[in-house]
Amino acid sequence: MSKRKSGTVIRQKPSDFVFSFFNYLIFAILTILCAYPFYYLIINSISANYLSAAGAINLIPRGIHFQNYVDVFKLNGLTTATLVSVARTVIGTLCTVLASAYMGFMFTQKQLWHRKLWYRLVVVTMYFNAGLIPMFMTMKFLHLTNSFWVYIIPAIVQPFNIIMVKTYVESLPASLQEAAEMDGAGVLTRFAKIVLPVCTPILATIAIWAAVGQWDSFQDTLIYITDQKLYSLQYLLYTYLNQASSLAALVKSSGSAAAVASVATMQTPGSIRMTVSVIVVLPILFIYPMFQKYFVKGIMIGSVKG
Amino acid sequence: MDASGSTIKKGKTGKMLKSPGARTKEQQGKIMFLLVLPFLFLSFMFSYFPLHGWLYALYDYRAPLKLSQCQFVGLKWFATLFSNPTQVSQLLIVMRNTFAMSLLGILTSFLPVLFAVFLNEIKCRWFKNMVQTLTTLPNFISWTLVYAVAFCLFSSTGMVNTVLQNLGWISAPIKFLDSGEHVWLRMLLWSTWKGLGWGAIMYLAAISGIDQEMYEAARVDGAGRWQLIKNITIPSLLPTYFVMLMLSVANFLSNGMDQYYVFQNSFNKESIQVLDLYVYNIGMTGKSLSLATAIGVMKSLVSVTLLLIVNFTSKKVRGESII
Repeated sequence: MSKRKSGTVIRQKPSDFVFSFFNYLIFAILTILCAYPFYYLIINSISANYLSAAGAINLIPRGIHFQNYVDVFKLNGLTTATLVSVARTVIGTLCTVLASAYMGFMFTQKQLWHRKLWYRLVVVTMYFNAGLIPMFMTMKFLHLTNSFWVYIIPAIVQPFNIIMVKTYVESLPASLQEAAEMDGAGVLTRFAKIVLPVCTPILATIAIWAAVGQWDSFQDTLIYITDQKLYSLQYLLYTYLNQASSLAALVKSSGSAAAVASVATMQTPGSIRMTVSVIVVLPILFIYPMFQKYFVKGIMIGSVKG
Repeated sequence: MDASGSTIKKGKTGKMLKSPGARTKEQQGKIMFLLVLPFLFLSFMFSYFPLHGWLYALYDYRAPLKLSQCQFVGLKWFATLFSNPTQVSQLLIVMRNTFAMSLLGILTSFLPVLFAVFLNEIKCRWFKNMVQTLTTLPNFISWTLVYAVAFCLFSSTGMVNTVLQNLGWISAPIKFLDSGEHVWLRMLLWSTWKGLGWGAIMYLAAISGIDQEMYEAARVDGAGRWQLIKNITIPSLLPTYFVMLMLSVANFLSNGMDQYYVFQNSFNKESIQVLDLYVYNIGMTGKSLSLATAIGVMKSLVSVTLLLIVNFTSKKVRGESII
């Protein structure tokens, strides 16, 4: 017998217990399947490299050291790629958020000349795209290939985000802006002083999605970039995965003679792969649980936008 | 229009006295237009302007030349797609892969519903939250990273093979990644691993929106767990499911290329090349930009048609459009 909050008493049947048991069991297994690979990468990147190369590190890290994280940054390009990825995430997110806020707000202003037409033209771009090759030709025409700005500029105007902000601003009480308008505040003042501050919840949602999108993006480097100095971390990781055997040699030769690597910290292809993977995944692992509610909010708003 | 204009003017009278040069509403509107113009321009440049690239499909484009210097070939590339035997057979293989991946995706689209329904049966709060956080995590990592995970766990020197060999269960490493067998199934498993938890989020939210009194009433009437699920939970999820299903039909030809690009190698190329990847492979690395553009154009046209059909269906069925 178990008591529910509502006060109704219901019988706990043996079949209920069996159901619950298997339900918990299956979800525990699914959860482990999702979480274990990340755990595996992390413990292997900090364990003694000969143990991890032998496949001896599966549950508990052994011979813990952080030399791998020092060594991989000696690899050609990893520091640059990290900077590129951080820069595109910060600048790109900032641009997307501000532009979405600004455009979303402007599209709520009834006096905007031919507002509905412009709004529709922007929104409709969600539903078609020219395709890979025409996009490539366009970027080439605009001199954006092999430029850092190819990560930023095309991502500035995002119709979906604009819709989200517009819907949000329209849900605010009209009196908020009217009062300021009577005091003679121009449209930009109203945006910066009144609307922007109250939009923070929706902007946080947009920011977190944009940041993850920028950090994870792989295709744009693949298509538009050939200059190694502009590789993003995701792309560099991909190239490392496919050529790791020569990587270990690279690290070895670039290390100073004084620091002769011990067997525990000597780099192997596997140790490099896993360490770089952890560097790439760590920001997501930190950010996601903290901002989970914003992610969920993002998709919920998206689903009811209509 | 008029009414709102006059009220604002009334409100503004005091202000206008102070500054006789105040702008009319129309002028204001035009100034605002100038303020959004740069962004409209960006939208034009990256969404509408690229459409001119469809012209490349009508020319025999050679890389460094200008389009005007290349030969105009009309619909030659489109004709090639349907008449040249090697081209036809290649495209058929690509279409087979595309259909297989999309169909498998649609056939397994009920999994997130089940995930949500059964997770909802778990009453222990912290366990539920933990499951939700950890199973949605893979959705937020890139396909490159998924591949990295796959590499570390399933390559011939990866964790799974090492463990199995140490246990003596297998003598030679199993080729999980570089073999051409069961490619579709493996791709499906990876995309399920990545997307299942996140896919369930919408359904979990829909479940939390169900009126609890319905359950209470049904319980009083003696309904068991399965009857509650069958008669209340699942029917309430159907509208959401329908929308998701319609969207995946609209995206039937767009599997995206990231997943297939990172997992592709010479062993599995035959069964992994979906349309998006094929366009990349022949356009950016191989034969012909023009041919790739022609395929891209056809894909875009079919996709837009599918979207319109789906939208129409949705209007008929639910009385509500999707787009």
